[in-house]
Amino acid sequence: MIFTIASRELKTLFLSPLAWSILAILQLILAYLFLTQIETFVSFQARLANIDSAPGLTDIIVTPLFANASIILLLVTPLLTMRLICEERRNKTLTLLLSAPLSSTEIILGKYLGILGLLILIICLTSLMPLSLLVGGELDLGKFFCNILALSLLVSAFASLGLYLSCIASHPTIAAIGSFGLLLLLWILDWSAGISGKSSEIFHYLSMLKHFQSIQSGLLNTTDVSYFLLFISTFLILSILRLENDRIQK
Amino acid sequence: MSSLLIEVNNLSRYYGNHCAVDDISFTLEKGEVLGFLGPNGAGKTSTMQMLCGNLAPSSGQIKINNFDILDQPQQAKQYLGYLPDTPPLYKELTVNEFLEYCAKLHKVPFRQVNKAISTSKARCGLNEVSERLITNLSKGYQQRVGIAQAILHAPKVIVLDEPTVGLDPIQIKEIRTLIKELGSEHGIILSTHILSEVQESCSHVQIINQGKLIFNESIDHLNHQLNTSTIKVETRSPLNLDHFSHISSITSIENEIDTQYLFHYASNENPTEQLAEIIVNSGCGLLELSATKQSLEDIFIALTTKKNNA
Repeated sequence: MIFTIASRELKTLFLSPLAWSILAILQLILAYLFLTQIETFVSFQARLANIDSAPGLTDIIVTPLFANASIILLLVTPLLTMRLICEERRNKTLTLLLSAPLSSTEIILGKYLGILGLLILIICLTSLMPLSLLVGGELDLGKFFCNILALSLLVSAFASLGLYLSCIASHPTIAAIGSFGLLLLLWILDWSAGISGKSSEIFHYLSMLKHFQSIQSGLLNTTDVSYFLLFISTFLILSILRLENDRIQK
Repeated sequence: MSSLLIEVNNLSRYYGNHCAVDDISFTLEKGEVLGFLGPNGAGKTSTMQMLCGNLAPSSGQIKINNFDILDQPQQAKQYLGYLPDTPPLYKELTVNEFLEYCAKLHKVPFRQVNKAISTSKARCGLNEVSERLITNLSKGYQQRVGIAQAILHAPKVIVLDEPTVGLDPIQIKEIRTLIKELGSEHGIILSTHILSEVQESCSHVQIINQGKLIFNESIDHLNHQLNTSTIKVETRSPLNLDHFSHISSITSIENEIDTQYLFHYASNENPTEQLAEIIVNSGCGLLELSATKQSLEDIFIALTTKKNNA
């Protein structure tokens, strides 16, 4: 049942130009960034050869590419998630789901997996670029995998927050602005941590950027992974509760 | 007890301090078509939303086929087909795609999906538009897709919220026939603010006003209650009303303005013929003689005043 909703969600995204244009624009920008990184690597290559334990191909190309992708996705995910529940409510199609023999959990998970499908596709397309380097060079596959994992966890977290805001907002634009603002705040929380010293430890923990970078560096840590998993489940549960609440208040 | 498809006990719903539905109880059995009649804002839609689990009641209990809608929502909803006041359509899908999605949502077994879709399309006259996008269909066709969606999984209870809104007279007739046809195998609740619709397609009628159920009987009962009819007469010169006193079936005569009169009579005896004869013989010049249909307002007044007198 979850997959029925998820597949329809994904299908609808591809029926409109939205998914296609986002995929095309993202791919264009990331490809450009990827090529710039290669340029940098080529120009440094001679000097790198003389240094012991110099940063490799993966450090110079893959890590910055995924870091850039994460920032672009921070902008894009709210646009994708804003319509999930909000639009259904506005078009009164939510009634169809609410009067079908489905639980709120199934509805929310279906919606979430649907949008996650598109985001995973974006990550796959991004990962193809570094993989093409295997033709003429060598990648640190462990680190490469960690980068993919970090980005996947990050966008899953973005999507869960976007979904929740789509549940509470009355208009898709508000959902988009709200989720973008919150995500950006969580992203830059770490910056203030540097200024105010000790009291900022909690900010340090809450910052998404820090956990993302930690996994990206190839250090697969339970703290970081569980941060993301907790983040995702919190917002999914909040969304489910919000949808239940719809029936009571209105 | 077991044959009851819907059992509603003391249902109430408040929006803040405003009471939209006030202590309503009723039941629905298989083979009944229940008409829910009331003016706008009477609480029809709220009641239907609660029946279909879209809105939680403030108090009271709803049982669909003996499953409580709050305690066992998924089992209860299996037996429900619901057409809300705005048909819930994904406009970017074609009719076929949309119905297939609905079939899956309602857990129609995989092998029966195609059969269910073609049956409900045939019943709602959607065959020629199956491959078209819903957004490009006219309002009437969209309404039909909404009905097709509600009857797709052959639910025991079909709830239709103003199903004939936006349809042309021919379509309305078709939908009424469809409702009668479905009524034999299912239990149907439909809401409307048009009296004649209830009289034509329903076996039972409930009148709801300001959240309260003021009438809940079979349709024959309603017709019996409405046993007075009215004839409107207009003449060139004023009538001498004494001429009509000997017609026993006329209960009262109203003089609206100048030469317009309303003759109320008991509906078992139609005095039109006598009436026309007398007017023509009196030489007052008959300009108009027409039967007036009772409006919903008249019934409300009749029913509420009757209660107050009793």
